[in-house]
Amino acid sequence: MSVTVDMRDPKSGESSVPPGATAAGGIAGALAAREAADAERADAPASKDGAARPGAPGAGASLEARGFSLYYGTHQALKSVSLEMPGHSVTAIIGPSGCGKSTLLRSFNRMNDLIPGVRTEGEIRVAGVDVLRGSVDVVDLRRRVGMIFQRPNPFPKSIFENVAFGLRMLGLKDRRDLEARVEESLKRAALWEEVKDRLSRSALQLSGGQQQRLCIARGLAVEPDVILMDEPASALDPTATARIEELIISLKAHYTIAVVTHNMQQAARVSDRTAFMLSGELIEYDETRRLFTRPRQKITEDYITGRFG
Amino acid sequence: MTVAPLAAPSRSLVRRGGSGVDFAGGGLTLLTGFAAFLIVAMVAVIVGNIVWFGWRTVTWEFLVGSPREGMTAGGIFPAIFGTVALVVLMIVALIPIGVGAAIYLHEYARPESWFTRAVRFAVNNLAGVPSIVFGLFGLGFFIQFVGRAIDHNLGLDVVWGQPALMWAALTLALLNLPVVIVTTEEAFRTVPRDMREASLALGASRWQTVRYVLLPQAMPGILTGAILSVSRGAGEVAPILFTGAAYFLPYLPTSPTDQFMELGYHVFVMATQSPDVDATRPILYGTVLVLLLITFMLNLTAILLRARLRARLAGRG
Repeated sequence: MSVTVDMRDPKSGESSVPPGATAAGGIAGALAAREAADAERADAPASKDGAARPGAPGAGASLEARGFSLYYGTHQALKSVSLEMPGHSVTAIIGPSGCGKSTLLRSFNRMNDLIPGVRTEGEIRVAGVDVLRGSVDVVDLRRRVGMIFQRPNPFPKSIFENVAFGLRMLGLKDRRDLEARVEESLKRAALWEEVKDRLSRSALQLSGGQQQRLCIARGLAVEPDVILMDEPASALDPTATARIEELIISLKAHYTIAVVTHNMQQAARVSDRTAFMLSGELIEYDETRRLFTRPRQKITEDYITGRFG
Repeated sequence: MTVAPLAAPSRSLVRRGGSGVDFAGGGLTLLTGFAAFLIVAMVAVIVGNIVWFGWRTVTWEFLVGSPREGMTAGGIFPAIFGTVALVVLMIVALIPIGVGAAIYLHEYARPESWFTRAVRFAVNNLAGVPSIVFGLFGLGFFIQFVGRAIDHNLGLDVVWGQPALMWAALTLALLNLPVVIVTTEEAFRTVPRDMREASLALGASRWQTVRYVLLPQAMPGILTGAILSVSRGAGEVAPILFTGAAYFLPYLPTSPTDQFMELGYHVFVMATQSPDVDATRPILYGTVLVLLLITFMLNLTAILLRARLRARLAGRG
């Protein structure tokens, strides 16, 4: 079966010109382009941003949910979700609006703690440790599990201070040390060349796509093991989206990445594994290729072929 | 609501225009416009009157001299000095307490707890207390209770247990506390939620988020509270009447336990206690003008500072 349905995403408007997927179009095209790119990367010896990552060797922790349920008051937003995301991989979480995909994502760094009346059951494990237990230091957890939000949210500070923020919060003061790590993070987020001459300018002067990469750089600066991305490109134009996607793929070598997305082509392009959620339940979780070409569940097929959602 | 037929809106608009509603609308515009004009007119009359009769008095000698001959001659420097000292001390006491309370209410308090509700109740009611009551409270609490306790425990004669600059400043701070708490909390509320989330997601603690993300972005709002309280603090007479303002002092206050002269109180004294009304009148006008100018300048400084902060937060400059 060839899936060539034009995926419409009226909210984001980013799928009209699917970046990366050229002539073929649709998810099949995205998968094909993806394979070609993967092969190319495998040929190239040692990625250009340097395989060795100083100071953080064991990065890329696994993420796991075990029988995890979450309630907003009496409303159950997640229904006994179990899945495991291996380290150094990109997992996409797809599903229609309100299916609980963002809630699941925000459970891994306990951002849901900020919402009053939230109650959970089951386990969330990061690198094998149950992070919902009381003894877990949430501040430390959030440093190790970074998060990129849907809308770019740089602080109204300079570009430099944005990236240095997390480091300063960790107590880093040495100017030269800060400068080195800010530069390193901006390079890794593929933003350095564009901003190196104006680090002291306000981050708010950057374009939306640049702001989102700045937010990624800001998250990378504190050396997390995991990066959670909540629809990181849905507020961006196609070109900026393509850059974010390239970035996600290049970051995989060092981090475990979970991406919530509305855009199935994006999921096909960037992820190794894909989870499909519906009404708070995990319907299907498999290798991206398989989930998009031979879904086990009828309802998954209906969703990815655009029959609902 | 039901869906009206498509043609209805335009027709009803036409009908309304032709049925005398326009006339009433015109009348209302006139009336409300007149009310608005009255405000401008009153400000113009007040300021114009003061400037017209006062500007000749305000000379260098007037600004740096002391009152002479029963306040029918000389300058007002002690009162200027006292006013500025009072306002500065008030701000120093007011901002940390007000901002601290606002941080607690916004960030740490559980909204439904009895303590939070008690604090909010107190803040709201504090704002409605007449200023003379604050004056009496300052006298009873700060001077007779706190001041005397300090003197007693330190074995002093009467140092703290009497009207003083510090007690007056604290009384004024108390008076302005609700303003600062409310404006600061409002400023915290306007910081977008995603700023908080961004900070927390980076591994910043709650306090760090308050200190390095919320507070800088709330700064313009905090300054608004400060501006309002400076204006009020420099002009209020009732709260300092019993707590530190002096009728006449031949020397400047050198410590927070000294009494002081104050412009507003000086105006009151000259207007009611002068031995020679005609001789005092130009001095009175000059003093009021100086009081207005000082308030204006203190405000202007804060407003310029706020504009700069806002520009920086908006990514300009």
